[in-house]
Amino acid sequence: MITRASIVRVLMILVTLAVLTVFLLLPLAVVFSEALDQGLRAFIQVFHQAEARSAIWLTLLVAAIAVPVNMVFGVAAAWLMARFEFRGKALLGAFIDLPFSVSPVISGMAFVLLFGAQGWFGPWLIERNLAVIFAVPGLVLVTVFITLPFIARELIPLMQAQGSEEEEAARVLGAGSWQMFFRVTLPNIRWALLYGVLLCNARAMGEFGAVSVVSGHIRNLTTTVPLEVEMRYNEYDYVGAFAIASLLALLAVLTLAFKALMEWRYRHELASGGIHR
Amino acid sequence: MTLSIQSIGRRFGDAVALAQVSLDVRPGEFVALLGPSGSGKTTLLRILAGLDYPDVGKVSLDGVDFLAADARKRRVGLVFQHYALFRHMTVAENIAFGLRVRPWRQRPRRADITSRVSELLSRVRLDGFGSRYPTQLSGGQRQRVALARALAVQPQLLLLDEPFGALDAQVRTGLRRWLRELQEELNLTTLLVTHDQEEALELADRIAVMNNGVIEQVGTPEEVYFEPATPFVCEFIGRVNRIAMRRDTGGLGAGGWVPRGEPWHGHYPHATAYIRPEHLEIGATDAPWRGQIRHVYLAGSIAHLDLDITGVGALEADVASEDLARRNLAVGAQVSVTPARAVLFAGESARWSWQAGAGT
Repeated sequence: MITRASIVRVLMILVTLAVLTVFLLLPLAVVFSEALDQGLRAFIQVFHQAEARSAIWLTLLVAAIAVPVNMVFGVAAAWLMARFEFRGKALLGAFIDLPFSVSPVISGMAFVLLFGAQGWFGPWLIERNLAVIFAVPGLVLVTVFITLPFIARELIPLMQAQGSEEEEAARVLGAGSWQMFFRVTLPNIRWALLYGVLLCNARAMGEFGAVSVVSGHIRNLTTTVPLEVEMRYNEYDYVGAFAIASLLALLAVLTLAFKALMEWRYRHELASGGIHR
Repeated sequence: MTLSIQSIGRRFGDAVALAQVSLDVRPGEFVALLGPSGSGKTTLLRILAGLDYPDVGKVSLDGVDFLAADARKRRVGLVFQHYALFRHMTVAENIAFGLRVRPWRQRPRRADITSRVSELLSRVRLDGFGSRYPTQLSGGQRQRVALARALAVQPQLLLLDEPFGALDAQVRTGLRRWLRELQEELNLTTLLVTHDQEEALELADRIAVMNNGVIEQVGTPEEVYFEPATPFVCEFIGRVNRIAMRRDTGGLGAGGWVPRGEPWHGHYPHATAYIRPEHLEIGATDAPWRGQIRHVYLAGSIAHLDLDITGVGALEADVASEDLARRNLAVGAQVSVTPARAVLFAGESARWSWQAGAGT
């Protein structure tokens, strides 16, 4: 029997599907179709170019530094926020969120003002022959800054909800600080941590705005994957641009697939309160 | 292990959690810290467990300074109200935790740990549950796992923080008796924090009644129940009638009842008498009070009567349920009432324990 409720339900599903198609699936399809516009050979050829390879390598390097740094920072900040009461706690929370609320371009500019030739630390850095802006260290710095909230924000609500009783129990049972951390705290937050790392990594590899400001767009030296895409697009190298862009799209799809796989693989543990999400 | 707590004080900002608390616990003794929330009992327990520290005072165990030792070195078994089981570990892993985290020199061999775990599992009557996860257990089973985990390290002192608070009434009663038997069998010095007076009365060798960061009274359940030391203890433990007493020409009394043998020599103009419901006798011919039954609440073997006494006000009295019909105790009936026993307080700290027939 067709009821009003079922009509509404079908309608809602159709609307959702339409929105998903227009805003998510079509753009994704366009990326791949443009990349393969001149055939598979041309597509593969792009990845034999030194510029493309260097951009991919640089992106991997930046992510490989930024993600572990933020893992340590995220866990430490979440620990601080969830386990202790102190003056300025609300302020720390706001600071952790800052990169979310500030436009990435502004973040990039701020780093230029700090470390650029005319910046606060500029003269000091020049004296010692250290390049930050328009060099790899600058890319790493802004990426760390931009991805700062991802892991901490995943962990804070979870650790607050879990409370500190299990850690106290571990201490009373004779565990040292590291034993307590690695045997009790870390296992309790591992899924949220993994999820935060995935998001953090996706953003670290895909960040454009802030990186663009501090990069200087020096081919083979300071262009990451997103920058390389933009440069090629501006140079009318559509196949090259979309071929490299398809890598980022693939990364996004893989991230989601990996997350889904993990959630399926550990669904019982997730359901039993290992992670509140 | 004789535990000696000496003048412990602890503040949180402006709030005083503990003020000059002293308590001695004998080897193998089961002591309950009983009090309302905010009375400081949990703070005291956390200090003993090494999870908090006092601002002043000392704690010693068999003469050895206990506070100097770090939480992990105290060999204290702590059981939390919400179990605090490690959710990602099986029951067996939970129980083995305290043995596995030991420095390798003191760590038992793997086989020894396994046999100790299965021994503890059977002691808490959970044989065969070792490979389950905490979420697959009921509340009572989880609390038994928590107890087994605490016992695994062979503690010198067992601390229980509202261990039955999260369980339903039936499970609670069963677990209570079982815990008491276990404690006696192991002869383990035990401190129980609870706000449930019934639990404290039933379980403990001695009860320390706490209020606003001080211990109001320490005594056996009988002492605390029958000879409460302060008005707070009277009102906190058991049910009690509170009666305002006033001095007139006949002496200190209320509604015609003037207890004999007053020790105060006419000193205080006012006093407060506390009388337990079972210490009000119904139906004596020479009774000082008369009144009417307002309500009858049947509670199994006992019935509670709501009385309205002329010149005194509303009182509660307990009678055996079988007396209701036998003595025509129904709503609206006129009854005579005689106090048999009372504790009176006057002024700052004057106390008088009165019993009918004594001192006359």
